[in-house]
Amino acid sequence: MKSLSLFLILLGLWLLMSGHYSLLIISLGVISCAFCVYVTKRAKLIDNEGLPLYFFPRIFNYLIWLFKEIFISNINTAKVIISGKIEPETFTVKASQSNDVARVTYANSITLTPGTVTTKIKDNMFEVHALNSDFGDDVRSNVMDKKVRWLEGD
Amino acid sequence: MDLVLDIITGICFFVGSLSIIIGACGLIKLPDVFSRIHAAGMIDTGGTAFFLLGMIFQTGWSLITVKLILIGIFIFFTSPVTSHVTANLARQKNLMPLGKKIGKIL
Repeated sequence: MKSLSLFLILLGLWLLMSGHYSLLIISLGVISCAFCVYVTKRAKLIDNEGLPLYFFPRIFNYLIWLFKEIFISNINTAKVIISGKIEPETFTVKASQSNDVARVTYANSITLTPGTVTTKIKDNMFEVHALNSDFGDDVRSNVMDKKVRWLEGD
Repeated sequence: MDLVLDIITGICFFVGSLSIIIGACGLIKLPDVFSRIHAAGMIDTGGTAFFLLGMIFQTGWSLITVKLILIGIFIFFTSPVTSHVTANLARQKNLMPLGKKIGKIL
């Protein structure tokens, strides 16, 4: 089941990237995708970590929310850089996700929003560096933590 | 219609260039490594997103649009990793960030 969905994803990517739809090209694509799936299966990489399919139903909703957050904090970071009023602070937050993929998604989302960077990870504690106490409060309020937990299907 | 699309593209490019210029100023102006990573993150997200958006308005609906979106997705997944690696390396070399520390630091 998981191998089939990986095969379909790879084939879709091949068709979108090549743009040629003759029989030869498509059959070459099918062969190479099947070979890739075979190698991945042999290396035992197809599991919940390599192919987090349970993210898919909610990922678009999450991405739209994340883009909005990135846009807002981009404007705030620009304001801080221009005015030069920075008071950096470092603190730790607890990630309440159950598996590694969700934790990586949470850490990546913190780093993607300008103004906050995850500097160190130990088990489920993140050390976060923020440019300003406003950015720090955004992370400390745990809104993003709850969103990622919702994303993994809680 | 073409004129409207051109104007929208122009606005997107202007906003993108603005965020890249501000980010570059921040890279020079801010005091330490950790603060400078924030400015670099602004270039990564704001700059590339608006440039790709402007290009998408020019191509219309075609395979090139899909490729531009794919470029965006790959940058979206890789840029936080490079930011985190830079910050983590600085921390491993025992470089402490400026400013106040709240609570216990890892």
